[in-house]
Amino acid sequence: MRRHASYRAFLVHRLSGVALALFLPVHLVVLGLALEAAALDGFLNWSAQPLVKAAETILVVLLALHLFGGLRLLAIELLPWSDRQKDWIGWAAAAALTVGAGFVVRSFI
Amino acid sequence: MKRPELWLYVAQRGSALVLAPLVLLHLGVILYAVAGGLSAAEILGRTRTSWIWPATYGLFVVAAAIHAAIGLRVVLREWTSWRDSSLDIATVGFGLTLLLLGFRAVQAIA
Amino acid sequence: MTTLEVEIWRGAEEGRYETYEVPSQPSQTVLDLVTYVQRKLDPSLAYRFACRVGVCGSCAMTVNGTPRWTCRTHVQKVATQGRVRIAPLRNLTVVKDLATDMAPFFDKVQEARGRFIPSDAAAKSVAEVPPEEPKRKEADAGIECIGCGVCHAACDVVRWLPEYLGPAALNRAWTLVNDARDGDRIGHLRAIAEDAGCHACHAHQSCAEHCPVGINPTRSISGLKRLVLMAAIRGRL
Repeated sequence: MRRHASYRAFLVHRLSGVALALFLPVHLVVLGLALEAAALDGFLNWSAQPLVKAAETILVVLLALHLFGGLRLLAIELLPWSDRQKDWIGWAAAAALTVGAGFVVRSFI
Repeated sequence: MKRPELWLYVAQRGSALVLAPLVLLHLGVILYAVAGGLSAAEILGRTRTSWIWPATYGLFVVAAAIHAAIGLRVVLREWTSWRDSSLDIATVGFGLTLLLLGFRAVQAIA
Repeated sequence: MTTLEVEIWRGAEEGRYETYEVPSQPSQTVLDLVTYVQRKLDPSLAYRFACRVGVCGSCAMTVNGTPRWTCRTHVQKVATQGRVRIAPLRNLTVVKDLATDMAPFFDKVQEARGRFIPSDAAAKSVAEVPPEEPKRKEADAGIECIGCGVCHAACDVVRWLPEYLGPAALNRAWTLVNDARDGDRIGHLRAIAEDAGCHACHAHQSCAEHCPVGINPTRSISGLKRLVLMAAIRGRL
């Protein structure tokens, strides 16, 4: 019953959304550290570790998935119906993975 | 207000429309800035060049707080048995926390 | 002759699966299995059917976890290693065995104001509704619904938010707001903009995946979302 593309797209959108919502307070607290530049630098140094970098990559991919999947949903709800909306799932996933790959590549520059 | 769920839906999709270009910009800045590692000086050197950066991030914070709070409420209503008004209070609290932390962060980079 | 192992839900909300041995036949449908069990093995088995040929929509059940018309489902297509599991439709209260109480499902159609309200003009003369007119086409796309409840059973939003109007009721409302002869467009929109209305849909599209007549209720609901959004923003609701 749930084995079809648009249901999976829904799950990805929901789970990425929840993850981003829970991450957001942490992200904002860290940025608040910029009130003292030294504290922010301390955190940024810590975040340069490979494990933290990997977690960051996942977050970037989740954000991109939520963005592109969300654009698809907005198109379904706000624009006239298109039978191509199923193809958009693949495009959204591809775009998100491209962003993730870009982040990894740029991290090593 | 009549039809609260419909208006929450409108706010959810409205905030999504505001967030979409901002997240796209955010991803662009991330990809641009991550090269060569991050430093406070680099981030602040960028955000303190113009009032446009803090203003954009301020709008980002408002839209994200609305979007995340309503989204979490929907998920909790559907996936847990938490349905009463305490859920509304809790998710409004979550949104306000995001606003507070967000404005503090914007102030820090302004 | 080979036999099939048929597991059938017995009881009401509380109950268990019981296994029956049913002879395998060519071109056998899932409804044939249920009928065999009721006629030859246990006459106390309750189930619902009428036409047996995919017209009435009363024989919908859950077959191996998927809501289907049992009369139009060949055993060969769904049996895994000679086993078939048959349960009542999901998201409805079980009365007995495979028969569910469909009343809440039909009530939702009324709650969504899913009935034709003739306009004065339509009542006085025959309206001309050209087949190529866009609204007519939209209404046509959803009009063949016979209310079998398969989409309602497939929908996870109905599962998670039982008061949600559901795909069938909303699809019906969509055909009416596109009907040139209907005189209460805003009344239909008000009904489906209530708290458990069209905006609760997450476009899972399980309704469209499972509809036995190929209707796409998600498409209809998306259309309603746009109309409700416009009406709400203009203060017309």
